[in-house]
Amino acid sequence: MSLPTAPAPSLEVSGLAYAYPDGHQALFGVDLTVARGERVALLGPNGAGKTTLVLHLNGILDAGAGTVRVAGLPVEKKNLAEIRRRVGIVFQDPDDQLFMPTVREDVAFGPAAAGLRGPELERRVTTALERVGMAEYAARPPHHLSFGQRRRVAVATVLAMEPEILVLDEPSSNLDPASRRELADILRSLDVTVLMVTHDLPYALELCPRAVVLSDGVIAADDRTQDLLCDEALMREHRLELPFGFDPRSVSVPRP
Amino acid sequence: MHVPDGFIDAPVSAAAGVVAAGAVAVGLRGARRELDQRTAPLAGLVAAFIFAVQMLNFPVAAGTSGHLLGGALAAILVGPYTGVLCIAVVLLMQGILFADGGLTALGVNITVMGVVTTVVAYLLFRGLTRVLPRTRRSTTAAAFVAALVSVPAAALAFTLIYAIGGTTDVPLGKVLTAMVGVHVLIGIGEAAITALTVGAVIAVRPDLVHGARGTGAPLKLRIDGELVDAPAATPSPAPVAARSTRTVWAAGLAAALVLAGFVSFYASANPDGLEKVAADQGIDEKAQEHGAADSPLADYGVRNITDARLSGGLAGVIGVGATVVVGSGVFWAVRSRRTSEGSDARTTTGSV
Amino acid sequence: MGAGHAHRLYRHGTTPVHALPPHCKLAAVLCFVVAVVSTPREAVWAFALYAALLAGVAAVARISPGFLLKRLVIEVPFVAFALLMPFVVPGEQTELLGLSVSVPGLWGAWNVLAKGTLGVAASVLLASTTELRSLLLGLQRLRLPPLLVQIASFMIRYGDVIGDELRRMSIARRSRGFEARGVRHWGVLAKTAGALFIRSYERGERVHLAMVSRGYTGTMPVIDEVTATRTQWAHAAALPVLALVVCLLGWTV
Repeated sequence: MSLPTAPAPSLEVSGLAYAYPDGHQALFGVDLTVARGERVALLGPNGAGKTTLVLHLNGILDAGAGTVRVAGLPVEKKNLAEIRRRVGIVFQDPDDQLFMPTVREDVAFGPAAAGLRGPELERRVTTALERVGMAEYAARPPHHLSFGQRRRVAVATVLAMEPEILVLDEPSSNLDPASRRELADILRSLDVTVLMVTHDLPYALELCPRAVVLSDGVIAADDRTQDLLCDEALMREHRLELPFGFDPRSVSVPRP
Repeated sequence: MHVPDGFIDAPVSAAAGVVAAGAVAVGLRGARRELDQRTAPLAGLVAAFIFAVQMLNFPVAAGTSGHLLGGALAAILVGPYTGVLCIAVVLLMQGILFADGGLTALGVNITVMGVVTTVVAYLLFRGLTRVLPRTRRSTTAAAFVAALVSVPAAALAFTLIYAIGGTTDVPLGKVLTAMVGVHVLIGIGEAAITALTVGAVIAVRPDLVHGARGTGAPLKLRIDGELVDAPAATPSPAPVAARSTRTVWAAGLAAALVLAGFVSFYASANPDGLEKVAADQGIDEKAQEHGAADSPLADYGVRNITDARLSGGLAGVIGVGATVVVGSGVFWAVRSRRTSEGSDARTTTGSV
Repeated sequence: MGAGHAHRLYRHGTTPVHALPPHCKLAAVLCFVVAVVSTPREAVWAFALYAALLAGVAAVARISPGFLLKRLVIEVPFVAFALLMPFVVPGEQTELLGLSVSVPGLWGAWNVLAKGTLGVAASVLLASTTELRSLLLGLQRLRLPPLLVQIASFMIRYGDVIGDELRRMSIARRSRGFEARGVRHWGVLAKTAGALFIRSYERGERVHLAMVSRGYTGTMPVIDEVTATRTQWAHAAALPVLALVVCLLGWTV
């Protein structure tokens, strides 16, 4: 990998451990660095702690041990507002994410919570919606959109905050092939750092040059996505399975 | 049943509006205290749930069906504060969007269906769960009783409002019999559904049932091969205090029952002369207002000697509800003041 | 329900009534209904005038009488109640269609029916000319506690989502051959309700998480605010002011 050294990495997780209040420990010392502009897939079996890790990135869960830094800024109580502006999380169910009565207001929520008003706010909303191709739906209630459209609006709600890093939780779930491709096109067109939590290995291969495997609360592998998917022993060990008939070797991905 | 415009006169509607606004304000404060910034999304979702569950039809027999009103359920599941808020919002939206319930009667509707139902149901539920053994079955049973009483209690509250501000001179005895009679029946359905629903939630997520907090099994530790109760993470009130609180609740309930029995006996045995005349002759509203102001319960058993026993029983049910509400209201006011002042021990002695 | 019903309630249009700011309309309807409720029931002509006023508004708003009448159905339970009144209210009796009914009862029934119907009609006009979202903004503008408006707006937003879940659960039940037919099936239905509650509550928690992730700290940022000019207020005031005149006449004439 070519890690640019000049700007602080978008994401720097070191030694992160966490146990839930009920005693169940989910993370056992996670180390992960994502450079600015990278697109990284976070793979792992169910229950590996992927969601727990994601909730640490914007300080919803407090690290039991270890640190998380976003563009150099440590995730701490006093930085939370700034951290949440910098880390944009797109949750799995767009209905959870789109909680306002209209698309426009939903996209405006984040920037408005950060204090933006008036024409500047409008500009942000329009730009974000244009980037996901949903500008003409601004006045619609989210409930009247298709699932794929809702997912795109969910991405826009986060883009409107001009985040340092975009974290997507299962972005391709429940999407039909066309919506899946549209979303991939949108994600490729963005020049932000992306961390994509997914079970969808072909999608990871398509979009993310680099992948990490989270298993049993630690990063078990970190490599080029294609190399990783071709490592059959590793894949089996972490309950990762490719769809029937899919051969990662046969796909040509541009080298980063 | 949503009260439309013109059913209750303007001054009383306004007064009910003030009461409702006050209750909503208390609900807002209480909910914020309990849920903090989660209030808006959680209360909103629960309101949507109540809205949806009112559409769930429960077939009774021969093509008829009923549906849940939801006040008791909301109170038990999310607590009285959030419960009042949810029902108030549901009623507000029904009034504005569906014209279901008049705009001027919104205060009456919120007071009757929101405040009275949730408060009666919650107090009764808490009282019962404190007295009964701490099992899930008794939680369900308490939910049943709470919902059962809450519906006729709302009917009673409506009758009371009607007595003061009704625009038509239907004799109060008739209003009360009709309202309470019908609502006892509705209450049985409501109680069954509420109890079953609470039971279903408890079976899966007992932690979500606001009114049943603390009924879960204590954590166990394995020490020398034996299971030992883990010490509670948060300092809980001393066991002595807890036990005596339970005694207080039990005594309160018993007293309420005795009182209710007395009230019903009195109500059915001593026909109020004035009311009887009013009923026979259809006297003008003044006399009726007077009779109503006196006591809606007393009116009740009078209406007809033949169903004295039935009416007495109904009055009894209402009596228990009302007494428990008043009594536990006082109890809670005293207790919360004491608690905020200091020790738990003083609380119990103070309130006994 | 919520939005699912609501967008069917709303009749899109570009009439002057549609264009009025929502809080003006809300205030106007409320004042109108207060005037109606305060009118003495003996002033029968006053209610005819009120109805004429509403008909005028409906005409300006291009709301068809058929639509309005259909929506009045919501009142039916109370019509039944009102129809009982002439028989249960004591007092001077009179003959009507061969039945002995009481005069105060008739007046009572008339009172409830007339005022109730006018109230429903006014609300229906409001809901059919004002978008759901604007209604919420109007309530906010009328100083309803912000938290209450937020709860209402979440309820509207998720009413459909939860209603859909309920429908899916019902389809799943029926697909497995279950048809609720009587009291003995209440347990199954209650399980549905219980599951629905858990889903709703958990969704509430997830929504909160999503809000917090975007910088929510307990207060909703004000994104839209509705404003009204003096002229708009004046237009909106036409209905309640006329109603007030009618009401005062009703008391004096």
